[in-house]
Amino acid sequence: MTEARDPAHTPAAREPMVVITGLNKHFGELHVLRDINLTIGKGEVVVVLGPSGSGKSTLCRTINRLEPFETGSITIDGVPLPDEGKSLAQLRADVGMVFQSFNLFAHKTILENITLGPMKVRKKSKAEAEKDAMALLERVGVTAQANKYPAQLSGGQQQRVAIARALAMRPKVMLFDEPTSALDPEMVNEVLEVMTELAQSGMTMIVITHEMGFARRAANRVVFMADGQIVETGTPDTFFSNPTSHRAQDFLGKILSH
Amino acid sequence: MGELFSQYNVLGAFGITIVLTVLSALGALVIGTVVAIMRVSPVGFLNKLGALYVNLVRNTPLTLIIVFCNIGFIVNLGMSVSDDFARNNLVWATIGLAFYHAAFVCEALRSGVNTVPAGQAEAARSIGLTFGQSLREVLLPQAFRGAITPLGNTLIALTKNTTVATAIGVAEVAGLMKTMQEDRPDLMVPIFLVVAIGFVILTLPIGLVTTHLSQKLAVKR
Ligand SMILES: Nc1ncnc2c1ncn2[C@@H]1O[C@H](COP(=O)(O)OP(=O)(O)OP(=O)(O)O)[C@@H](O)[C@H]1O
Ligand SMILES: [Mg+2]
Repeated sequence: MTEARDPAHTPAAREPMVVITGLNKHFGELHVLRDINLTIGKGEVVVVLGPSGSGKSTLCRTINRLEPFETGSITIDGVPLPDEGKSLAQLRADVGMVFQSFNLFAHKTILENITLGPMKVRKKSKAEAEKDAMALLERVGVTAQANKYPAQLSGGQQQRVAIARALAMRPKVMLFDEPTSALDPEMVNEVLEVMTELAQSGMTMIVITHEMGFARRAANRVVFMADGQIVETGTPDTFFSNPTSHRAQDFLGKILSH
Repeated sequence: MGELFSQYNVLGAFGITIVLTVLSALGALVIGTVVAIMRVSPVGFLNKLGALYVNLVRNTPLTLIIVFCNIGFIVNLGMSVSDDFARNNLVWATIGLAFYHAAFVCEALRSGVNTVPAGQAEAARSIGLTFGQSLREVLLPQAFRGAITPLGNTLIALTKNTTVATAIGVAEVAGLMKTMQEDRPDLMVPIFLVVAIGFVILTLPIGLVTTHLSQKLAVKR
């Protein structure tokens, strides 16, 4: 994967996909996001790192407005986030999201989990949606489980299905919030492999993860957050070998010593 | 005991009880679902309206509601739904029972909604479903499955509560029981047994079926 770190792929050379400007958000008294400015280019893969409580999840969730924010703006492929309503629902369909706890629809089969969005939001026919769904299940390697229910699958399989469910909407950007931290260690790699393959296919991705291997292998850029601010950004190589801020040095010292 | 059956239309009265139960159960299910949706909706005004409904209706004696339906609508407002007097009473009793039990259906459904983890609704929104679609496709189907037992309890209560319709002259079982007791005080015990056993036959299966269904349809997490 030297290609992913090619200078030609640095943000400046890309058209912007997600543009966050002057973003501020509070939870009551707590100022969780402080004046965040971040542009993510088309096809770029950004890994977000930072200590617990630094606001990574909140940032991720404001990007598809699962969390509202007070000031600033977020645009997806040039379109600003609309307020609550039908247009917001449409825009969310363009932003895939993968959660730490999978969140597959528990009362639906694996196949139904994947076809629901394409049928209800994209108005595809059942046959077409199922055909696409089977192709996606093939891609993430869980075709044999198509007619089972989520609870019958391993965590790794569920998370791969969750990725397929998001991809079924043909999103412009995919958000991952610690997709492997609820998994047993032996299942982490099967999910990271799917994500790496997705990164190579040119998907724009924002990934919150502490998996250094994935960051080095697949990310174009690492964004380090602390106390609701972006403290440092850089290529994985420079960030991991020469972090400039104290917070980042401190943080890396802690996770690398594990 | 055979005497009671030949002299009085016991089965007919139970028939009316069943009709009253089924119709008002359907009404309560529809109204209760609407109120439950109001109570989980993100619109503050609807929220409060739903809560007001539940607290008002749940805390009013059922007899009062049924009599109110009768007097309030038929006598005072002249809102007759049918020229046939008996049918009119039956309809208003159904409406009163439905609105009353809707409050309990709403609360049963809300307890069902609480069995659904927040992540389910977030996942639904994140694939672009609207609020209505998330409700229909994800939240309510899981909430209903989680609410089968309390819904069954509400249905059992409703079945027995139909006896209140006697107050406005609906010819269901409790009304017949009163007539029989007045006519045949000598048969007090058999009359009591027939009515009691009849209700057990009606309600026992509801409990058995809902217990079975709540296990069979339980959402595995
Ligand atoms: N719904 C909420 N209401 C109030 N405070 C919240 C809420 N969600 C998060 N917070 C607080 O906001 C801060 C940032 O939380 P966030 O989940 O974004 O952190 P994070 O960087 O993802 O942390 P972690 O690595 O533990 O997942 C934390 O202090 C958290 O307690
Ligand atoms: Mg988090």
